[in-house]
Amino acid sequence: MMSGNIIEITGLHFSYKAEGDDKAAAEVLKGVDLSIKEGEMIAVLGHNGSGKSTLAKHINGILTATEGKVIVDGIDASDESRLFELRQHAGMVFQNPDNQIVSSIVEEDVAFALENLGVPYEEMRRRVDDALKAVGMYEYRLHSPSQLSGGQKQRVAIAGIIAMRPRIIVLDEPTAMLDPQGRREVMSTIKRMNREQGITIVLITHYMDEAAQCGRIAVMDKGRIILDDTPEKVFSQVEIMKKVGLDVPQVTELAWELSRAGYDISPETISEEECVKAILKLFAE
Amino acid sequence: MAILQTEELTYTYSIGTPFEKTAVDHVDLSINEGEMVGVMGHTGSGKSTLIQHFNGLLKGTSGRVLLDGKDIWADKEKIRDVRFQVGLVFQYPEYQIFEETVFKDIAFGPKNMGLDDEEIKRRVYDTAHDIGLREELMERSPFELSGGQKRRVAIAGVMAMEPKVLILDEPTAGLDPAGRDKILGHIKAYHERTKNTILIVSHSMEDIAEFADKILVMNKGKLFCYDETKKVFARSKEITKIGLDVPQVTKVFSELRDRGLDFGKEVYTVGYAKELLLKKLREKENGRIA
Amino acid sequence: MLKDITIGQFFPGDSIIHRLDPRFKIVITLIFIIMLFTGGTFLCLAVGAVYTLMAVLLSGIPMKMFAKSVKPIMPFLVITAVINLLLMNSGDVLWSWKFIKITHDGINTSVFMIIRIVLLIVGSSILTYTTTPITLTDAIEHLLSPLKRLKFPVHELAMMMSIALRFIPTLIEETDKIISAQKARGAEFDTGSFMNRARNMISILVPLFISSFRRADELATAMECRCYHGGEGRTRLRQLKSAPRDYIALFITILFFALVIALGHICK
Repeated sequence: MMSGNIIEITGLHFSYKAEGDDKAAAEVLKGVDLSIKEGEMIAVLGHNGSGKSTLAKHINGILTATEGKVIVDGIDASDESRLFELRQHAGMVFQNPDNQIVSSIVEEDVAFALENLGVPYEEMRRRVDDALKAVGMYEYRLHSPSQLSGGQKQRVAIAGIIAMRPRIIVLDEPTAMLDPQGRREVMSTIKRMNREQGITIVLITHYMDEAAQCGRIAVMDKGRIILDDTPEKVFSQVEIMKKVGLDVPQVTELAWELSRAGYDISPETISEEECVKAILKLFAE
Repeated sequence: MAILQTEELTYTYSIGTPFEKTAVDHVDLSINEGEMVGVMGHTGSGKSTLIQHFNGLLKGTSGRVLLDGKDIWADKEKIRDVRFQVGLVFQYPEYQIFEETVFKDIAFGPKNMGLDDEEIKRRVYDTAHDIGLREELMERSPFELSGGQKRRVAIAGVMAMEPKVLILDEPTAGLDPAGRDKILGHIKAYHERTKNTILIVSHSMEDIAEFADKILVMNKGKLFCYDETKKVFARSKEITKIGLDVPQVTKVFSELRDRGLDFGKEVYTVGYAKELLLKKLREKENGRIA
Repeated sequence: MLKDITIGQFFPGDSIIHRLDPRFKIVITLIFIIMLFTGGTFLCLAVGAVYTLMAVLLSGIPMKMFAKSVKPIMPFLVITAVINLLLMNSGDVLWSWKFIKITHDGINTSVFMIIRIVLLIVGSSILTYTTTPITLTDAIEHLLSPLKRLKFPVHELAMMMSIALRFIPTLIEETDKIISAQKARGAEFDTGSFMNRARNMISILVPLFISSFRRADELATAMECRCYHGGEGRTRLRQLKSAPRDYIALFITILFFALVIALGHICK
């Protein structure tokens, strides 16, 4: 593509229409501009009701813009005739692992999208096996989803998307209902998809520790993007983050407090190692 | 004084089948009145099974549970009374809401207790106030509320029974940081007002560090430890070993100690970390000047 | 616990019957049922019994499983047998008391009917014991597919069926949780007055309905995101393949059927 951006969102407005009264519609997105490069891993961070999930649903055409443009992999997301193509290019994983698994056998669930797309058997078999191996669920292929843990179910859901060979995966709070073990499993799977297969990742979350693992963070508040930068730069804005109801890593907060008290420590500290080193330096001086 | 005790409590399910598993394994525990306890353990550690024994939803295969020194199963007919004294709020409690109005849903428990209307009303309004639900919401349908508000209605439904012991299973699961802080804040305020015993199950060590006086850790069906918060965090290395996370600041201070900078204190909140570091830095500067 | 309930009656195994193509299994079961109702003599029934016994032995499923499947209909069997016994007045009278007459024919009919129904239950249990519900659904979809031309929503029905199968364990687990949560608020489900219990049932049903609707809504979105657009042009990962053994099984069944018809004619 000419711009080099796989997702290009410009001036996006969106309102949910209130029943029977068009005027009463509440505007959820109030002018969002966002460009995402191919292969990027970006977190969209925001509190509940900030509009982050609504934004995500525009990327694969579940919702269509009231105003503005969404171009994904060269496809205009409002073009209904190319909806299947769009959804194949931009897969979506949702919050509740139970409510997105269709089949009572793991491998058949992974095949679901391919079945819909009419992929011939031989190729389908290969793609399903590849996808299951990629998320580390191959040995569970004949299990019933009800026998799996939350984290495993989410990995199956991711495999179901991977099997479509998408260029983008949008994940809408994929770990919100998982325990720490499940969250780690899902995060490492997502990162691996990004690293090994070059899939562009858009991770919608309110967990700052997950956002910190992405290369870039866009912070949403009241239907707008208010910060868009590297994790270091974003988290160093401790006051803004707290004001919009978000957390920053504990080490960032600590570094920020110390630097505010006049000590030589950068508030752009986001890892424990950096923090340890900086504190040692303060005491060594 | 001990309010809730277990003696050799064991729970094995699917006995005699290939799925036989001991979820709670000889747990001896004594929780004192008025304590604010954080309960941790990873999925399958037995913590959820354990808390369901405290109000008699499950009955141990052996061992006893004592409430106020009395075996809760001494009289089977009275087990319902135990449930009023030990309130249990499940995970995602908003999914248990069913009444037409917020008031009626919160009143469900008190009504089952057979209280009179006047008392029910007092309790519903008191708990609604404790949990931060405005009075004008009381006649609204609970299904119109936001996710965080629904969660608070469901918690109020158990609080309104005014149980001596209140147990909450991951009350903040799935909420954003603001929603989480709100709920934990309200629970803390309720604790300060009523001085009742509270147990909160949480996966977030950072949250537990903020509110708990004591921490109960379960591992593989066994009681790993039950102790004061700072004593538990002093064992942060062991805790990490059984697959649980400790707060980031605790890890930083443990690393500092390993590298020769020992403050001799257990650090588990950012506030305390900041205070401690600033104090030590000033001492160092003053030392240099003097 | 509720979630220990098994769905359907599938009994895992790797017998020749398990491995048969489910489409053939359904057709064979249908022929078997017709066979039981053709030829009204004990001899015909004996052929059916031999056939059933053969299938039971081949399936490798323990006898007690079949006893289990017959058990629930025992009362029904006994009642119909007694009615038959009492109402059948033809034939030699063996015993009578006031207006009640027990005749030779009455006993014959009752015994015949009991054997026929037991064979029917055992025979069709073999199908459900050796085939997972999801494969059954698939096979039915295949068998009914000619009806698509008549605009009969075959695919939609099968999809509904398989989603239902998928969500049964989830909903059972959820019901379990809601029951515990309401019990914790003092709801009684097994004691108390009828009115109270009925009211308490509402406290389970309302949350269950609401969550099912939410699930349905989310599932629909997730399916759309994965390009679901009905049955048209769909391919399948699960391939139903028939092997020589399927034709042999069918052939044997037809042979037995022919034998029953022949015996029926001869005995007349």
